[in-house]
Amino acid sequence: MSGIASNVPAIRVRGLVTRIGGRLIHDHVDLDVWPGEILGVVGGSGAGKSVLLREIVGLQQPTEGSIEVLGQDIAKLTDDELVRLQTRWGVLFQDGALFSDQTVAQNVQVPLREHTDLPQHLMCEITSVKLSMVGLPPEAAMDYPSQLSGGMRKRAGLARALALDPEVLFLDEPTAGLDPIAAAQFDELVRELQKSLRLTVFMVTHDIDTLRATTDRIAVLVDRKVKVGTIASLTHDTNPWIHEYFTGARGHAALAS
Amino acid sequence: MDDLAERPKPAEAAWFRTEQDGDTFHMTVGGRWVISEARRLDPLMKTIDPNGHTRIVVDCGPLEQLDTVGAWLLLRTARVLRHRGVQVQPVNVREEYRALVHTIDHDCTAPPVELPPPHTFADRLERIGRAQVRALRQAYELVGFFGLIASETVATILNPRRLRVAALFRQIEITGVNALPIVGLLSFLIGVVVAYQGADQLRQFGVEVFTVNLLAVGVLRELGGLMAAIIVAGRSGSAFTAQLGTMKVNEELDAIQTSGLNLIEVLVLPRLLGLMITLPLLTFYSNIMGLLGGMVMCYFDLSITIPAFLSQLREAIVGWTFWLGLIKAPIFAFIIGLVGCYQGLHVERNAASVGALTTRAVVESIFLVITADAIFSILFSVLGV
Repeated sequence: MSGIASNVPAIRVRGLVTRIGGRLIHDHVDLDVWPGEILGVVGGSGAGKSVLLREIVGLQQPTEGSIEVLGQDIAKLTDDELVRLQTRWGVLFQDGALFSDQTVAQNVQVPLREHTDLPQHLMCEITSVKLSMVGLPPEAAMDYPSQLSGGMRKRAGLARALALDPEVLFLDEPTAGLDPIAAAQFDELVRELQKSLRLTVFMVTHDIDTLRATTDRIAVLVDRKVKVGTIASLTHDTNPWIHEYFTGARGHAALAS
Repeated sequence: MDDLAERPKPAEAAWFRTEQDGDTFHMTVGGRWVISEARRLDPLMKTIDPNGHTRIVVDCGPLEQLDTVGAWLLLRTARVLRHRGVQVQPVNVREEYRALVHTIDHDCTAPPVELPPPHTFADRLERIGRAQVRALRQAYELVGFFGLIASETVATILNPRRLRVAALFRQIEITGVNALPIVGLLSFLIGVVVAYQGADQLRQFGVEVFTVNLLAVGVLRELGGLMAAIIVAGRSGSAFTAQLGTMKVNEELDAIQTSGLNLIEVLVLPRLLGLMITLPLLTFYSNIMGLLGGMVMCYFDLSITIPAFLSQLREAIVGWTFWLGLIKAPIFAFIIGLVGCYQGLHVERNAASVGALTTRAVVESIFLVITADAIFSILFSVLGV
């Protein structure tokens, strides 16, 4: 991709400290996400996975530290620069976060309408392409979010996140609440889209099957710090939580399969 | 050579050119085929005409960047040409674009999406009709809800241990004590306004002292109670809907029901009874504050001293005047609580529903309160009080 040399991380977090209501969540966390990789972020409930994601996309201010996305420091951007950066990333929230008063097609067109000057007929064609890419049937385009199942809402949210062909994709628990078959399909979808769109993916998840199926590297948030590695290297980690996570009954079953 | 790029372009802009070579038609595409170039490319791509050639070779070698939109424009054109019987052969496609091209070519064959049509006159008529039916159905259900509340209330009276005393007192605090500042301030101001307007008119007849009578009748019979009821409808009626609605969205109501608890008893009765206790008290307080505001205004505007005001006030408050305002308060409270709780229990499980029904609860309860007030006025006038 133009603009990013592969030796510059797509996301670069340095010395991140987060304190919420006096409680220390992140204690000098450093993290790099390289262009074109899928990074899984895991950690126990309340370990600050979602907080980290929210800080990277600028929804929440860290107490200390710097966050760069695509070479730009989030905290130092003007409003216009931030908007321009926001068109270069897409975020899929847990339940899709679709606008409930608009159809799926209209939802996908929101970023197109706001940030491009495409004629309406081309927007409708592009929307159809995006919906097909995320595996939604054409008839779903006219549906309202409340008429969709959870899995379809996530796919529609993904189509909206991908509307502007972003370079970075953030996924917050993409498979939570999906049945195992739908979850596996979603994993495959993420993998395929990453390949065809050459995305950098930052994925918060609990799902060890998803980790195994999709990620290149894994960042574990534990004891307010972050540990990065592959499944193979983390399985042999000495930290008891990480050890338990990858070798406990569920982890073991997922890795053995 | 046929260069189809319209305007002078920066080095990286998307471009394409076509040339004829014997029986093949050549097309070369290059530059950045990305979303920001799509508006310019879209009409140009539709003008491509292979001039009767049956074979077209597309050289993608100079392509510097390709995103979904760019790829779609190319593949859409290829699809149209193939449909016309032209053989399309892409060459020099870079490895990194293969996956994207493959995905769009194979997975994306659906027709363009359609948007919901804009509203027509018939749609508006239909909406009006639906709103009528909904209003009638809701009125019917509200009567049913009234019956349910009534039977639960009777059951609670027969078995007072069922009453949630702690919840009741909490509601009294939230709907009553916490509303004191706003009810007091607004009623005081209404008193000031009524006294000021009344004094202005009555001065023309030289009977400005009757401002006190106007104030007494106006505030005690109507304005004090109405102000309190409207503020409470806006403050607490809306809160009932929002609280119960959020609990419903959060599945808390389901949890209450499956735990063998009675929804009406646990959530609705404390709110309703709490409001029926507090609104008469708030009305009394509102009356006092209204008279106080009027008294201050009389003192400064008409130089009516406080003792003179009070003795005039005592003469003005005859018969039922004081009680008529207070009698209405529990009825108003019942209406506000009933509508607020009813709407809260009918929230659907989406975020927009809570907001929509909260608005509806406030509008409906104020509407019903004023309607009830009008009925009371007619009733009192027939009874001659």
